[in-house]
Amino acid sequence: MAKGIWIIVEQRNLQIRKVSLELLSQGRKIADQTGEPLVAVVLGQGIDGLAQTLAEGGADKVILVDDAKLADYTTGAYTSVLNKLISKDEPTAVLMGNTAVGKDLAPRLAQRLGVGLASDCTGMEIDATNFLSFKRPIYAGKAFAHLSSNVRPILATIRPNTFAVEAPVAGRQAEVSKEAAEIDASDLVAILKEVAIAASKRPELTEANVIVSGGRGMKGPENYNILEDLADVIGAAVGASRAAVDSGWKEHKFQVGQTGKTVAPTLYIACGISGAIQHLAGMGSSKFIVAINKDPEANIFNVADYGIVGDLFEVVPLLTEEFKKLVNE
Amino acid sequence: MNIVVFIKQTFDTEAKIVLDANGQIDANGVNLIINPYDEYAIEEGIRLKEKFGGEVTVVTMGGARAQEAIRTALAMGIDKGVLISDPALENTDECAKAEILAKAISQIPYDVILVGRIAIDDGASQIAVRLAEALKIPSVSSVLKLEVAGTQATATREIDGGTELIEVSFPAVITAQKGLNDPRYPSVAGIMKAKKKPLQTLTLADLGLNAGDLSLKMNVDKYTLPNARQGGRKIAGDAAQAANELARLLREEAKVL
Ligand SMILES: Cc1cc2nc3c(=O)[nH]c(=O)nc-3n(C[C@H](O)[C@H](O)[C@H](O)COP(=O)(O)OP(=O)(O)OC[C@H]3O[C@@H](n4cnc5c(N)ncnc54)[C@H](O)[C@@H]3O)c2cc1C
Ligand SMILES: Nc1ncnc2c1ncn2[C@@H]1O[C@H](COP(=O)(O)O)[C@@H](O)[C@H]1O
Repeated sequence: MAKGIWIIVEQRNLQIRKVSLELLSQGRKIADQTGEPLVAVVLGQGIDGLAQTLAEGGADKVILVDDAKLADYTTGAYTSVLNKLISKDEPTAVLMGNTAVGKDLAPRLAQRLGVGLASDCTGMEIDATNFLSFKRPIYAGKAFAHLSSNVRPILATIRPNTFAVEAPVAGRQAEVSKEAAEIDASDLVAILKEVAIAASKRPELTEANVIVSGGRGMKGPENYNILEDLADVIGAAVGASRAAVDSGWKEHKFQVGQTGKTVAPTLYIACGISGAIQHLAGMGSSKFIVAINKDPEANIFNVADYGIVGDLFEVVPLLTEEFKKLVNE
Repeated sequence: MNIVVFIKQTFDTEAKIVLDANGQIDANGVNLIINPYDEYAIEEGIRLKEKFGGEVTVVTMGGARAQEAIRTALAMGIDKGVLISDPALENTDECAKAEILAKAISQIPYDVILVGRIAIDDGASQIAVRLAEALKIPSVSSVLKLEVAGTQATATREIDGGTELIEVSFPAVITAQKGLNDPRYPSVAGIMKAKKKPLQTLTLADLGLNAGDLSLKMNVDKYTLPNARQGGRKIAGDAAQAANELARLLREEAKVL
């Protein structure tokens, strides 16, 4: 009997994160093939209003767990609630985004359930047993491991930007079920005191569709404004190489690479970045790569779909103007 | 304070990945390093000891070469090392690894366990949190700043687009993110001293486990290598022409704008 594919939906301030919608769209396709119901599970406070979006995004059933103690993510409370729900309903697969929340929650939940977890996957398919198998990059994308499990449920975290968000089906209905939050006191040992979200009009690096990144060729922190101008025209995020981060021009949270963020945008524009193997590890799976570098021999040109050999201080502002023209067309 | 730091020996970040005749990742001729995030964990452990006294132990699970990683940690200032090495470890998943590490630590007193945020080789980012769950203690992931007062700690952790401040009581697992500190280099004196520090090697049997106890939850069906990316074209012309052509290509050919 098909017990369902569960998507653990991540919301912040009642905004559903894009990766959750990506999983819902892909989960819909898989559920249609395996004949299982697709279930969206949301934890939080005051979340009733999200159910319709999830139904239109593809869910057959929406489980809402609404409780003040779940307003913000905490490892203990979220694990406690999900462990009980999963143990009760026994879904065959539980998927979530490989976000800060997913990375913290999924291993804890997997260990408590005594099951396997495929983390940071970039592929998911139905295998010969009509079940999911997963593909995940290892060695920072220099190889892939293909994983399966005989144990149910299988847990997986999926890298943001791996799957496309399909257009919602207006008026699509789902069964909505409300569950009480059963939280064990022993799970409330780590206390969340404060959440500080940096105000930014730009998308999060790992979720962004387009990233404009600057390296040592930027020469100094004051010059990033030319990248920001470019980014603002097309709604891009701004990233940096480690050389720029180590020079103190950008905070580490903007670093792309093996010891920074792994990103997979549709378009990655590398400016003044040489293309060291550790940098490529973080952005090599971008759909299109553009390089702007004054050194025609720079390694970045070996992976770039389009390259401009030139001075970025000259090229980038011109490109900003060209993009403006396109956007205004 | 009893501090335990878990470290993993990983491939150098420059390493080229090739598959051997059996389709496994080939480690031959690869330079090995301490997983970069574990260096922050080591440094934090040493600083806690410097501040509060006590002892810092590193534990690693791996092949014989992992001794080098332990020696480096000892040279940085760690007091003693434990290497868990056993042929049966070759085929374990994260669940089994966490159980083995939990078992190993049950023989060592600990107030705080420091671990890397992620191992840059298989990049699972699971072991630390699974270990905490196996030990039934709290964990804080991706920590940028740790303040300790008695048995209470306040940790600043990185989340997507911001930070969180979390209060935990020890014992707890803390996973280190870049920014936590600046790891020291081993000094010459440290390297000399390291040679005399205790390094214990344990097998699964020493931990009271045998290979049959390790129930595997995940199977690796195969490894594959990515298709090499093709370098594309360089756009000719002066800066203005090139910028104009690039915008056109992104719109008409790549269809991304
Ligand atoms: C353990 C380890 C982990 C690492 N992790 C990471 C990581 O996560 N991310 C990362 O990025 N790196 C990482 N590195 C560092 C990596 O090896 C490189 O040193 C780094 O990526 C170089 O950054 P860069 O390309 O900005 O600088 P450089 O290599 O110095 O390149 C600067 C480029 O700018 C070009 N340039 C200069 N001026 C101009 C101009 N006016 N117009 C156009 N082009 C110009 C130059 O031609 C050059 O190609 C790591 C290294 C190690 C050892
Ligand atoms: N074999 C191992 N021995 C000791 N510690 C490990 C081992 N594997 C992973 N760890 C620790 O767990 C962290 C996260 O690893 P991973 O979950 O594999 O990404 C590493 O940074 C280490 O601190």
